[in-house]
Amino acid sequence: MEIPEKELLAPGHRACAGCGATIGVRLALKMLGENTVAVSATGCLEVITTPYPETSWKIPWIHVAFENAGAVASGVERALKAQGKDDVTVVAFAGDGGTADIGLQSLSGAMERGHNLIYICYDNEAYMNTGVQRSGATPYGASTTTTPHGEESFGENKPKKNIPMIMAAHGVPYVATASISYPEDFMMKVQKAKEVEGPAYIHLHQPCTTGWGYDSSKTIELGRLAVETGSWLLYEIVEGEFKITYRPLERKPVNVYLEAQKRFKHLADAEKEKIQNYVDEICAELKI
Amino acid sequence: MIKVMSANGAISEAVKMCKPKVIPVFPITPQTTISEYLAKFVADGVLDAEYIRVESEHSAISAAVGASGAGVRTFTATSSQGLALMHEILFVAAGMRTPIVLGNANRALSAPLSIWNDQQDSISERDTGWMQFFAENAQEALDFVIQAYKISEDHQVLLPSMVCVDGYILTHTVEPVDIPRQEDVDEFLPPYEPISYLDPKNPMSLGTFTDPDYYMEARYDMQTAMDGAKDVIRRVNKEFEEVFGRKHGLVESYKTEDAEIILVAMGSICGTIKTVVDYLREKGEKVGLLRVISFRPFPQEDIYQAVKGARRIAVLDKNISLGIGGVLFNEIKAKMDVNASGFILGLGGREISPDHIIEIIEKTRNPTETNKINWIGLKEEE
Amino acid sequence: MTSVGAVIRDPGSSIKNKTGSWRTFKPTLDKEKCIDCGNCILFCPEGCITKDYDIDYDYCKGCGICAEECPVKAIKMERE
Repeated sequence: MEIPEKELLAPGHRACAGCGATIGVRLALKMLGENTVAVSATGCLEVITTPYPETSWKIPWIHVAFENAGAVASGVERALKAQGKDDVTVVAFAGDGGTADIGLQSLSGAMERGHNLIYICYDNEAYMNTGVQRSGATPYGASTTTTPHGEESFGENKPKKNIPMIMAAHGVPYVATASISYPEDFMMKVQKAKEVEGPAYIHLHQPCTTGWGYDSSKTIELGRLAVETGSWLLYEIVEGEFKITYRPLERKPVNVYLEAQKRFKHLADAEKEKIQNYVDEICAELKI
Repeated sequence: MIKVMSANGAISEAVKMCKPKVIPVFPITPQTTISEYLAKFVADGVLDAEYIRVESEHSAISAAVGASGAGVRTFTATSSQGLALMHEILFVAAGMRTPIVLGNANRALSAPLSIWNDQQDSISERDTGWMQFFAENAQEALDFVIQAYKISEDHQVLLPSMVCVDGYILTHTVEPVDIPRQEDVDEFLPPYEPISYLDPKNPMSLGTFTDPDYYMEARYDMQTAMDGAKDVIRRVNKEFEEVFGRKHGLVESYKTEDAEIILVAMGSICGTIKTVVDYLREKGEKVGLLRVISFRPFPQEDIYQAVKGARRIAVLDKNISLGIGGVLFNEIKAKMDVNASGFILGLGGREISPDHIIEIIEKTRNPTETNKINWIGLKEEE
Repeated sequence: MTSVGAVIRDPGSSIKNKTGSWRTFKPTLDKEKCIDCGNCILFCPEGCITKDYDIDYDYCKGCGICAEECPVKAIKMERE
C-alpha cells in the first residue's frame, strides 16, 4: 500500500505521550487527503488539537459541541454540496462518548438521512477527556472512575454497546471496525469509506495509555493483543454483507490482554472466565 | 403583490426570497407550517436549497452552525420546547459568530405543557447573543426576516437573529401581506460573504477551545457587536424603507408624544393596545403605546426617549422570570429612571381583551402596591 | 486579542508548541540497523519521524512506541 508522506495533523498538540487517537487521525487523514473538511465532537481529540490560538489541523475543521458531530457534519456536507464542492470529503471524528452515548441521536439521524460523509469513532472505551468515566462502550469488567472496582463491585457490569451493528441496521452502505495497531487494514477501510456514495462508518479501537493503565510505549502492542485475543474484531459490513478482514493465526487467551492493563488488574478469576467465555462464543460463530 | 397569508406563510415567502442554501428544520406546533411551506418550495424547485429533515431541534441548529460555518446562508425555525432544546447551541452559534436567521413561533414552555402563545421561549434565550425582533403582524414577519439577514451578516455584527411571531395569534390567522419583488430583495440583500468558512483552499479551525487568556475578549467583542448592531439596524431600516416603502425601527412610538400613561409591550398584543389607545384618545385620555421591536439589542435610549415624558408607564410581559417577575419590566426598571408598573398577562395563551388593557391603564394610573407582581386575567379562587 | 469567533486562520500552528520539552526518555535511531519498514513513522503519535528516519526532537514526547514497534530494535530509549 502506498502511504502518502504528508502529515495533515501537525505536532505540538497536547495529546498524552503515546496517545492512540492522534495515531488514528494521522493515518486516516493520510488516506483522505487535503481536500477534506473535518468535524470534531468535544473530546480528547478536539481539546488537544485546538487550544486557541494554535491548531494542529492543516485542513479545515469545525467543532460545535459534544453530542452533535453527526448533525454538524450533515450541515457541512449539504453546504459544500450547495456550493458545488461535491469533491470535498467530509469526515467526522468523535470519541465513544460522543458516538455511542450523548452523540447517538445525531449520528443516527445523519446516517439515516444518507449524507455523503465518513464518521470515524475513535473508541478508547470511556470518557477519557474528563478523566476516565465509563461510557456505553466501556467493556465488561473495566474499572473506570464511575465504575470503580471495590468491595461491592468488579467494575463495569455491562458489555460494550455494539455501535457498528447499530450502524449496519441503519443500512449504512459501508461499516467497518478497525484498530490503530493494524494500520494497513484501517487505511484500506478509510479508502473504501471515502469511495462510498453516501454514509460510511468506521469504529476505530484506540488504546489509551492514561485511561487503560499501561506504559505509553505499549499503545500499539495493546491494540494488537486486543485483536489477537479476539477481544476486538476486525470486520467490514459492505451493503449488509459481513466479512472478517483479519483472523489471528492462533487466538491467544484473553488473560494476556486483560493482565496488561491496570483497568482489569482487579478482576477475579470468575470474571476473567466470564470474559473468556463471552469471547469464545462470539469467535466460535465467526470461526476466529 | 398582495396575498392573504399567515405569519408562517409570510416568513416562508421571505426565506424563499432570501435564498438560503441550507435549511435544517424540525417541526413543532405552531411553527409546523413553516417547515412544510419550505419543504414544498424546495420540492417544487422554486427554492434552491438543501433541506435537511433533521431528527431534533438540537440537530437543526447544529446543522445550521455547520452549514453557516461552511460559508452559506442558512435558516431554521422552531418554537418553545424546540427553542429550549437548542439552548446549548444558541450560545455556540452566537459565539462562533454565525449569522443564522431563525423564525420563532412564540409559545409557552412546559410544564404544564401548552401549545399556546406567550413569549417565554425567546425571552428565556435573551443571554445567548442572538438578536431578537418581535413582529406585530405577518407583514412585519416577512419584512423582519429579510432585514435580519442583512443585519446579521453585516461584518460589524455577525450575530445570529431570531424573528419572533406570536404563536397561533399570528401563525394561524391570515391577513393581507405585500410580498416584494425578487429583484428588489436581490438589490437590498446581496449574497452572504463569510469571513470564516470551511474551504480546503484556505484551512481554518472553527469552534476552538480558549483558556482564560482569550475567552473574555471574545465575549467583549460580542457585546461590542450587539451595541454596534443598533446603528446597523437603524441603517438597514432606512435602506429597507427606501426600497420597499415600509418603515421600521428598534421601537415604534404610537401616540406617545403627550401621553401621561404609556404602555410598553412587544408583539401582536400591540395591535389590541393600539385599538384601545385610539378608543381612549377619543374620550380625551392621554395614553400611548411604546412598542419594543428589537428586544436584543436592548434599545434603552429609544425606549427612554419615548417614555420619559409620561407620568407613569405600564410594562406588559407575556412571560415571567419566576422568582422576580416580568423580564421586560425588570430590564426597563434596571436601565432607566422611570415610574413603572409591571403586568404579567397572556401566559399559556390566556386571552387578552381590550378590557384587560383598560384595567392595566387604571391600575397604572392608581398604583397600589408597587412592589407586587400584577397578574392580569388570572382566575379568582372560588 | 482573540479573533472574531476565536477562529484560527493559521493551519498547523501548533508547531509553535515544542512538546519535546515533555520527554524524560529520548529515542535514538541507528540507521545502520534500520530495515526501512516504516513502523516508527506510521505509529508516532506526533508524526515527527521523517521519511528519512530523522526524529524531530522538538516534538518527540519520548513515549517509546517507536522503540517498542521496531522489529530490529534499531531504536533505543535513553534517559535524557
